[in-house]
Amino acid sequence: MKVRVHVMLKDGVLDPQGEAVRHALGALGFDGVGSVRQGKVIEMDLADGTSEAKIGEMCEKLLANTVIESYRIESL
Amino acid sequence: MKAAVIVFPGSNCDRDLARAFERAGLQVAMVWHKDTALPDGIDIVGIPGGFSFGDYLRCGAIAANAPIVGAVKAHADRGGYVLGICNGFQVLTETGLLPGALLRNAGLKYICRTIGLRVEAGSVYTEGYGTGTDIALPIAHHDGNYFADPHTLDSLEAEDRVAFRYTDNPNGSARDIAGVLSSNRRVLGMMPHPERASETAHGNEDGARLFAHLTAALTTA
Repeated sequence: MKVRVHVMLKDGVLDPQGEAVRHALGALGFDGVGSVRQGKVIEMDLADGTSEAKIGEMCEKLLANTVIESYRIESL
Repeated sequence: MKAAVIVFPGSNCDRDLARAFERAGLQVAMVWHKDTALPDGIDIVGIPGGFSFGDYLRCGAIAANAPIVGAVKAHADRGGYVLGICNGFQVLTETGLLPGALLRNAGLKYICRTIGLRVEAGSVYTEGYGTGTDIALPIAHHDGNYFADPHTLDSLEAEDRVAFRYTDNPNGSARDIAGVLSSNRRVLGMMPHPERASETAHGNEDGARLFAHLTAALTTA
């Protein structure tokens, strides 16, 4: 089974990289870009039947730092 | 008195830290990250600066799960001293031994220069300076922007656990925080590099007092 984990900085945590991308889009002439948030996507090939709870544990222990990041698990 | 310096792949301040400990009079053992135990009789563990595991995933995240870290946590839980500098501070927040996290610098640039610090909270690390003293130490980091939720920041301040604050915030750190202590005041994480300012040849010896006082305090403890 394949899963994709999306890791994003939580709301309220400053994302200077997203800000820099927003400025760069503006400099390229793209109007109306209100905000940009930059995150990570991690794709994993897991043994069939791996539980959502186990994947959640992977996120909590390593893939995301829940002090600053939230995560979302997507089955592919 | 004995210090252990943990070495990860990508650590690059490990020998500098060992030398600073040695010059202050500590015996030093270098400990590889794959070891599962600290040598006997270690009083303080140093987690050095650098780019452990290439800063993959997040700075310090992979190192925080290395085999030796279980022994470092057990040492801290027993009331042992731990000093994490720069990447070492990032490792300590990732392990949960210290609160908060280090984000990308607000200006997005890697910053390598000497900055001003005010010494605040009392601890074996800071008493050699005295509260309210201004010192200068080098920083060299891309991810030194200290973040914690407002409640955590309030409790760090209420418990007097901010060891150092920037006098002119270089990286966007919340409340100018450059270094924080654990609740028992024995674990210190700091972004500035005292080990890089501890000999005449460095052009700045403000860092030497940290190591000298630390050694004196451990010796009389």
